[in-house]
Amino acid sequence: MITKILIATLSMAGISGLLAIILVIAERYLANYGECKITINNQKDLIVKGGSTLLSTLNSQKIFLPSACGGRGTCAYCKCKVIDGVGPLLPTEEPLLNKQEIENQIRLACQVKVKQDMLIEIPEELFNIKEFETRVTLIQDLTHDIKLVRLQLIEPYEIFFKAGQYVQLITAPYAGVKESVSRAYSVASASHEHDHVDLMIRLVPEGICTTWVHNYLNENERVKIIGPMGDFYLRDGEGEIIMVAGGSGMAPIVSLLEKISKEDIERKVTYFFGAVRKKDLFYIDEMRNLENEIGNFTFIPALSAPEPEDNWDGETGLITEPLDRYLSRSDNATSQAYLCGSPGMINACINVFVKHGITRDRIFNDPFA
Amino acid sequence: MEGLSPWVIFFASIFTGNILLVYFLGMCSFLSVSKQVKTSLGLGLAVVFVLTITSALNYIVYYYILEPLNIEYLRYIAFIIVIASVVQLLEMIIERISETLYINLGIFLPLITVNCAILGVSLFMVIRKYTFIQSVLFGAGSGIGWMLAILAMAGIRARLNEQKIPPALRGPGIALIISGIMAMAFIGFSGIVQIQ
Repeated sequence: MITKILIATLSMAGISGLLAIILVIAERYLANYGECKITINNQKDLIVKGGSTLLSTLNSQKIFLPSACGGRGTCAYCKCKVIDGVGPLLPTEEPLLNKQEIENQIRLACQVKVKQDMLIEIPEELFNIKEFETRVTLIQDLTHDIKLVRLQLIEPYEIFFKAGQYVQLITAPYAGVKESVSRAYSVASASHEHDHVDLMIRLVPEGICTTWVHNYLNENERVKIIGPMGDFYLRDGEGEIIMVAGGSGMAPIVSLLEKISKEDIERKVTYFFGAVRKKDLFYIDEMRNLENEIGNFTFIPALSAPEPEDNWDGETGLITEPLDRYLSRSDNATSQAYLCGSPGMINACINVFVKHGITRDRIFNDPFA
Repeated sequence: MEGLSPWVIFFASIFTGNILLVYFLGMCSFLSVSKQVKTSLGLGLAVVFVLTITSALNYIVYYYILEPLNIEYLRYIAFIIVIASVVQLLEMIIERISETLYINLGIFLPLITVNCAILGVSLFMVIRKYTFIQSVLFGAGSGIGWMLAILAMAGIRARLNEQKIPPALRGPGIALIISGIMAMAFIGFSGIVQIQ
């Protein structure tokens, strides 16, 4: 009996062991891409271990490409030029690149894998993106589903960003989520305050990062951020600045307004903010203060479906409606538009702006990815 | 099954004894990956590869290890271990050769491990007492038959997208009805040759 059990166990162990050895050998030769050299802008050489994506390989070398979706291949911010050392375009990249970009050898760093020596080009300013160790000093409810999170910088202790740019927040593993993810949030604090950043985070049902922030993150905890990133910032010009935001899209607009206030920029500023009910509105007092501080600034909140008990006497309807009415009365020849909100809202607003003669080159937006 | 020509088994396993449409094995990936012809071709080729290799390896494992040691009852575990390793190996090869195919197959590549068609072929090979050559051709034929069925299904489903289907039947519902009709069509081949 014992010998029978022994034979059975040993033979199964033998088969498994043999197959495991074959797999280990195969892994050594097939899945081992060895050390690869990544040459950036023909100046900098990095020696890295091959096998992972270009984005995470560069991250491990402290070079941070912008990424809002955290490597899932949806935001297309991690575009970079790969001149040599990469396979053909992948099906996951195709929908996110236009024809011109494909011709220019632009690829998504989060999809491309490092398998051999590579020659890539990335913009110089990306070398300024750093990883910051921070401490949560304030978590405050702005509305029933939006929280303000203040992060005090520890190391490095200062951040220099353009008002309107965003940072990536790295989550810690919690409850059932074992991996940490990174998500992008616009900085809501003023760009002349270098020692902290404020983020406005709306709870997304089943969102990995937003659930963590809303239900698990506490004051005094340490979190990591990477930034600053993004090309949503105030452009030079003379004409009116028209801003449109919805929900937590308020964040970068606050930062832009703080900059306009601080630097005494003497341009006409009009800000449309869309919400559903009165309980979705926030920062009203701050906006009224800014109206006093900035010479020519008007804040126009609009509710799309006010409750009867809201006693709302302001603008109603989707944000595009008051915007449309406003633009048909104003001179739009030199105006610039700054939009932040859901892709649906942004596209609807772009149509309104274009209809009233504000061309695409004067519309700047920051869609939630 | 000594007398049967391996080639008869090969063709019979493609048409008359189609592993998918006659034995209804490997339905899960058949239903979920058959949305595009391109990906189903990729998965089909992977199944052909895995089936051919595993039926050869499992033949050796069964007749040279399990049977002499009188531990045939462990064949389920042994077969699954062999299948899992071959799929792992295949995954590494595909990732090295074609990143595009690797991404297209996605999660379904590792899922071949639990594709019951693969284990089914190895078990049939034992039950029907095939010789080595017969087993390999039976594996290859079953794989090709599976690929043929999923390709046909993908072709039909591509056209289904433009048809008006009652809402309750959309997706898996209509796919199951169609596979039933396809199975009936394959019965038409059964007069040619029988292998059991």
